[in-house]
Amino acid sequence: MRERAPKTILRGPVARNKEDDQVVYIDGDSAPRILFSGEDLLLEDLPIGTRVLYPKPPIEGLANPGAAIRYALNHPLDAEPLYAQLAPGMRVTIAVDDISLPLPPMTTPDIRQTIIEILLELLDANGVDDVHIVIANSLHRRLTAAEMKRMVGAKIYDAFYPDRYYNHDAEDPDGIVHLGKTEHNEPVNINRRCVESDLVIYVNINLVPMDGGHKSVAVGLCDYEALRPHHEPQTIRDSDSYMDPKRSMLNTKVERQGAIVDRHMNVFHIETALNNRIYAGATAFLCKNEDEFTEVDRLKFEAMRWTLSKLPRAAKRKLFHSIPAQYQMVAVYAGKTEPVHERILKHCWDQYGLHVRGQADVLICPVPFISPYNVNSILNPLLVQVMGLGYFHNFYRGKPLLKKGGVMILTHPCYDEFDHEHHPSYIEFFNRLLPETRDAMKLRHKYEEEFAKNPSYIEMYRRGNAYHGAHPFFMWYWGENGRQHIGKVIVAGAENAHVPRILGWDRADSLPEAIAMAKSAVGPSPDITMMHHPPIVMADME
Amino acid sequence: MQAVLEVMQSTDKYGISWYRLPPRMGAAAFYDLDGTLVRTNLVHAFAFSARNQQGILKSLIKTAATFVSVPMFLAADFYNRRLFNDLFFVRYKGESEDRLRCLAQELFDTVLRPSIFPGAYELIDKSRQLGLRQVLVTGALDITVGPLAKHLKIDDYVTNRLEFVDGYATGRLLPPVMAAATKASWMRIYAEKENLNLSDCYAYSDSMSDLPMLSVVGHPTAVNPDIRLRGTAQQHDWPILDLR
Repeated sequence: MRERAPKTILRGPVARNKEDDQVVYIDGDSAPRILFSGEDLLLEDLPIGTRVLYPKPPIEGLANPGAAIRYALNHPLDAEPLYAQLAPGMRVTIAVDDISLPLPPMTTPDIRQTIIEILLELLDANGVDDVHIVIANSLHRRLTAAEMKRMVGAKIYDAFYPDRYYNHDAEDPDGIVHLGKTEHNEPVNINRRCVESDLVIYVNINLVPMDGGHKSVAVGLCDYEALRPHHEPQTIRDSDSYMDPKRSMLNTKVERQGAIVDRHMNVFHIETALNNRIYAGATAFLCKNEDEFTEVDRLKFEAMRWTLSKLPRAAKRKLFHSIPAQYQMVAVYAGKTEPVHERILKHCWDQYGLHVRGQADVLICPVPFISPYNVNSILNPLLVQVMGLGYFHNFYRGKPLLKKGGVMILTHPCYDEFDHEHHPSYIEFFNRLLPETRDAMKLRHKYEEEFAKNPSYIEMYRRGNAYHGAHPFFMWYWGENGRQHIGKVIVAGAENAHVPRILGWDRADSLPEAIAMAKSAVGPSPDITMMHHPPIVMADME
Repeated sequence: MQAVLEVMQSTDKYGISWYRLPPRMGAAAFYDLDGTLVRTNLVHAFAFSARNQQGILKSLIKTAATFVSVPMFLAADFYNRRLFNDLFFVRYKGESEDRLRCLAQELFDTVLRPSIFPGAYELIDKSRQLGLRQVLVTGALDITVGPLAKHLKIDDYVTNRLEFVDGYATGRLLPPVMAAATKASWMRIYAEKENLNLSDCYAYSDSMSDLPMLSVVGHPTAVNPDIRLRGTAQQHDWPILDLR
């Protein structure tokens, strides 16, 4: 157990030394806490002494994002100003992050729209008219026309879609160019239009430190073969964590590929960092410390919970997905990939990182309705897994928030629902493969290629809006270091027994029952920590 | 590709047990044709034949008769594929075999080839790259399917065949009539004969009448499905593909 100083019971939250103010301990007078459980909200009394990690308050957004973007373009890092790189007749491709960033999609105008509008003005003023906009969706699903329109605005959409504004196609036999191999034999295969452009301008949004950097081009615009060397279980096991680029094998391998990209392509990188103002106005209470709730906040919460209790799940899902995030840009840099990324990472950690002391025996992670892979869709069981063992476990720097062999408690109904249009290969993976084995190595060697080359899945990826056939494997590998580290996962509020069983988890009817089960595994007085998501909180561990 | 590896044990003359793997079984991709790989159906092919009768009057009458029968064909197909076959193929009665064969290439060039879905070429190509044998299992007539199968580089195909007596169609089909469960039976026999593992095989169809064909393979896919097949595919968690 972690040692703690003797505790004086006071009314309200008690902050500890050397931890940020957002690290709060539950005492006898603390209010019950609000937890997401998919599309529902729970209100639970946590055991006294439980440590709750709240997100930091949003950093003030830049007052004039347009001016900041122009400044970044004119004063890039380790590169010539963008206008100086342009000449009439040149071929330029603007590559942009896909809908997996940010989460949920931000209120319009999306920051990508603001940046691209400025870029197009600049390109036009310099006589560059061969311009394409490519969505760097890698093996993610293609965006629908409506999603593409929302991302860049009607004006750009009408001018460029569909011939000059489209999704990257990792399975286009003529659309990929092999640039070479790294010294570790990792192939680098990139979108042909980008490779054959005189200049690629990458427009990034950094939501978590895993995003951006060389991952933008080397992963966002590659094919299955180029992903295989790092989207695999051993790489994830060797990443401690993959949110900490310096200690991430995933990042190391991607950087090796990025070096090859830089050798063959002229990439001008624009990276942005957002604050964490996910909810504002009527839903702002969801980000607050419950001890600081006003009567109005409580009324809003009760009204929301009552409404949700009356709605069918599909309607609740629709409701949550229709609330855009109120993010604001806090930083923008442009220029060469590495220095740009380094600066943006600092801003990310400034916003998300909480100074936390000591690991927990039990980690409670409420699972919300959304992940990077189910925008406008269903958080299916594999994605619940990737949120828990993948993202939440990896939200640390230094050492995991949970002790080795500790218990992770997730709150989610674990419904057996899949989106047939977006996640067809997930269905087969979950129902056919996981009952046979949960061993990521075995799954990779025995089945990954079969799924990746399944003609139906390839066509659904290319012509429909489906994730690539190999994607469910990547989702399973994403949880691999969590699986190796965590002793037991208990899912509180699971509405069925078979989904947790297939995932290798225990289930409990409620959070108190899950905590009681956890105590039987780690001892009667465990150190319990809860991450108050959303928005994102990351532990900067001492 | 997943292979079924059943270890077989044998003992040699020295009493030592040996284990060996059986020869690797192959796999195939089975395709329905009409509505799955091509936009047209049996009626289009017949309408082409009706339009190209000897003499304008005969052509007009046959074409008009075909046109007015379309609602009946649709209703019959919705109800039962066998009923549709009984009602539809009788329209070929009296057609000359020579003439039908002569028109086949023209039918392919003018009607079938432009009707191939853009995604069909790619689906077949990806499937072939996976080492799967390409097999058409269709209720269309052998006369019309031949050139199309050659064009799509299909390895094997099974079709319906008209019965001809003295060079003229009787309006009946020769058994086995390829529809519904017969397609699945044929696939089972074909797989056994060709040493294919049906669990590794793929099947593609657009129609609810092909449910048996989709059900016997390990990788069924609904392609451009009608509303009934779409619902069934969703219930069974099968992939749903749009090649149009």
